[in-house]
Amino acid sequence: MKKLISMLVTAALAVTSVLAFAGCSSAKGNEGGSSASDFKVGAIYINSQNDTSGYTYAHHHGITEAMKKVGLDPAKDLFIVDNVPEDDEKVKQAIDQLAGNGCNIIFGISFGYINAMEEKAKEYPDIIFSHATGYLSNDTNFNNYFGRIYQARYLAGIAAGYKSLATGNNNIGYVSAWGTEYAETCSGINGFALGVFSVNPDAKVSVYEISTWGDQELERQAAETLIDTYGCGVIAQHCDSAQPQIVANEKGVFGCGYNSDMTKEAPNAHLAAPIWNWDAYYATAMKAAMTNPATFMTEVGNYYEGLNAGLVDVSALSSNCEPQTKEAIELAKKMMISGEWDVFSGVKLSFSGDTGSVTVEKTNAPLVTNDGTEIVAAGGPSVDDGVIQGSMNYYVEGVTQVN
Amino acid sequence: MLEVFTLFLFNIIVYNIPLLYGTTGEIMIDKSGSLNLGVEGTMAIGAVAGYLAGAKCDSLFVACLVSFIASGLVGLLFSFLTVTLQANQNVTGLTITTFGVAFYYFIGNALSNSAGGWPQLSGTKLDAHSQPVHIPGLSDIPFIGKAIFSHSILVYVGILIAVLMWLYFKKTVPGLKLRAIGENPAAADSLGVNVAMYKYVHIIVGSGIMGLGGLYMGLNMGGTFEGSNCWINGYGWISIALVIFANWNPAKAILGTLIFGFFNTLRVQNAALAYTFPETLGWLTKIPSHFFSALPFIITLLVLITSSLSKKNKSGEPQAIGRNYYREDR
Repeated sequence: MKKLISMLVTAALAVTSVLAFAGCSSAKGNEGGSSASDFKVGAIYINSQNDTSGYTYAHHHGITEAMKKVGLDPAKDLFIVDNVPEDDEKVKQAIDQLAGNGCNIIFGISFGYINAMEEKAKEYPDIIFSHATGYLSNDTNFNNYFGRIYQARYLAGIAAGYKSLATGNNNIGYVSAWGTEYAETCSGINGFALGVFSVNPDAKVSVYEISTWGDQELERQAAETLIDTYGCGVIAQHCDSAQPQIVANEKGVFGCGYNSDMTKEAPNAHLAAPIWNWDAYYATAMKAAMTNPATFMTEVGNYYEGLNAGLVDVSALSSNCEPQTKEAIELAKKMMISGEWDVFSGVKLSFSGDTGSVTVEKTNAPLVTNDGTEIVAAGGPSVDDGVIQGSMNYYVEGVTQVN
Repeated sequence: MLEVFTLFLFNIIVYNIPLLYGTTGEIMIDKSGSLNLGVEGTMAIGAVAGYLAGAKCDSLFVACLVSFIASGLVGLLFSFLTVTLQANQNVTGLTITTFGVAFYYFIGNALSNSAGGWPQLSGTKLDAHSQPVHIPGLSDIPFIGKAIFSHSILVYVGILIAVLMWLYFKKTVPGLKLRAIGENPAAADSLGVNVAMYKYVHIIVGSGIMGLGGLYMGLNMGGTFEGSNCWINGYGWISIALVIFANWNPAKAILGTLIFGFFNTLRVQNAALAYTFPETLGWLTKIPSHFFSALPFIITLLVLITSSLSKKNKSGEPQAIGRNYYREDR
C-alpha cells in the first residue's frame, strides 16, 4: 500500500513539474477557428516562448506584433515549437510538425538551424523558410535575415563617448559573450567603439569575453573587474541579462545595455541601449508571403537592413546622457538612413560643438585593426558585408580584449 | 596594486558562499542516511519565495524566514516521500530539482508578465539590507578588512551555521544519535532513537539551510529575473560534489568552498592579475581563457576521483546513505 501511495505521489509530482514546462514545448494551436485568411505562421525558438527578455523574447514579440500588423491573429494563426536545440534531427522534427499544422511560412531564429532548414526547404517547396542570422538561401523558398545592429551600437557609442568626455575617464568597458570568434559580437564591439571614438578619439575600449551568451554571475563579475581593475567609467554589453548595468549602477559609473531599455534596471547608470525591432522584418516577410509566395525571393530575398527599415534603433536616451548626445545621434542616424555613410568605411565622423550647435565632420581615414592591419583604405567603401559573411574577425584600433 | 588581491579574496567569499549553504545543508541530510539530489531545486524555491516575501515586506529577516520555510517544505515533501512512503531517494531528489527550477521560472515569468512586474521588485530596499556590514575595527584593517570583514550578514551566518553544525555532530547527544542513524539505522532504532523523526527534522532543517543559500544568490544579483538563466545556475550540483570533498564534515566544507571559490574566481580574475602584475603574473594571459573556465570543474573531477580511490577520504560517509530504512526488515 505504502509503495502504491508513494508511486502515486511521485508520479503526481513529476506530472506537476512536467506541466510547468508544458507551456514551453506545446505548439500553440489553431482550434479549427476560421481566420480572416488561411495564412499560417510557424516559428522555431531556441528558448521558451514565455521568456520575458532576451533573444527569443525579442523574436516572439516581433512575430506577434507583425502578425497583428498584417491582420493575422497570433492566437489562431501562429504555431510555435520552442526550446529547440541546435540539433539537425530536432529541428527537422519541428519543421515536420509545423508543416503538418499547415504553416505557409516558417521562421527559424537560431543560427544552428541552418542545415536542417536548407534541407527541408527542398522537401517542402510550397512553404517559405526564413532563417535568422544565417548565410544560406535558395532561389525559391529559403532566405536568411539579419540586421545592422552595429549601426545602433555606433549610436550607443556616441552616448558613451560624450559621457567619457564629461567624466574625464577615457576607459570604456564592454562585457561581451564572445570576442572575435563570432562576427556578430565582433562587429558589435567595433561599431560601438567607432561610435565612442567619433566623440572621444582618446578613449580606449576594453573587452571582457565571458564565453557564454548568458551567465548572470559571470556577467556581473566581468563588469566588476572592468570597473575595479581597468578603471572603466562606462560599461557596454553584449550578453543576456542586465547584470553589467546593475553593477555599473551600484558602482556609480555609467553603461549602455542591449536588447531592451535597461534604464529600469539601472536608473542612475544607463545611457541608451541598442535595440531590435524584429517586427519590421517579420511584417515585410509575412506581407510578401501572403501576397504571392512565388515572388518571395525576388520581393524580399536575403534581408539585411538596419536603421533605414526601423529594424534596429537605440532606446530612448535616459536623463543620464550628456546634453549633446541627442543631436549627435540624430546627425549620425540621418547619414546612415540616407545611405550617405556607414560605420565600417574609410570615412570617419567626428562630432564637436555644444548643445544646439553640434556639428559633424567627415574625414577620410583608413579602417585599421588593433594590430595595425589596414582593412579599408582612406575613403574606401564600407565592409559591412563582413558582418554577415563572418569575415569580420578583428578588433578595430583602440579596442583590446582584456582576457 | 593590492586592490586586485583584495578584490580576489573578496570575490572568493562573496560569490561562493552559496556553495557553503548548499554543502552544509546536504551534509545534514546525508548524515541522517538520506541522499537528497534536489539541492538545485530546493535552493531555487528558497530563492524565489524568500526574495519575493522579503521585497514585499522590506525585511531581510522575513526574506530569510520565508526562504527557510519554503525550502523546509520541500524538505518535508522529500521526507514524506522517502521516509514515510519509502520512495527511491535518487528519483525523488531529481524530481525535486526539476520541480524546483520549473517553479522558479513559473513564478518568475508570471511576475515578469504582470503589470509593473519583476523589475520593480529588483533594486528595492531589500538589497540595501543585505549590503556589507561594517564591523568596527575589523572592517578598517587594510587589505583583509575589505576582503574578509566587509560582507553581507548572510556570509557570516553561513560560516556560523557550518561551525555550529560541526559542533552539533561532534559534541551533542542528538548529533551522535543522528550519526548513528546515518551509519546503521537498525542499531539506532533498537536503542530507542526515533529514526523517522530524526530523519524528518534533519531533512527539513538541511533543506531550509539550502534555501538560504538560494536566497543569497538572488540577493547577490539584485534579484533580477531573467527568463533563460536561473539564479542557482548549477551551484546545487557543485554543492553535492563539495560534500564528498569535505568528507561530510561541515568545518571542512568551509575549506572546500574556499578552494573551489579560488578556482572559480581565478577564471574571472586571471586577466586582471596578469594586467596588474605584468612581470610576475603576465604568463597567465598565455593560457587560453577557456582553460580557466573549465578549471573549477576539472578540480571537482580530480577531487572526486582521488577521494573515490582512497578509503580514508570517505571515512565520513554515512554507511546507510541512500538506502531507505524499512523497520520491518530489521
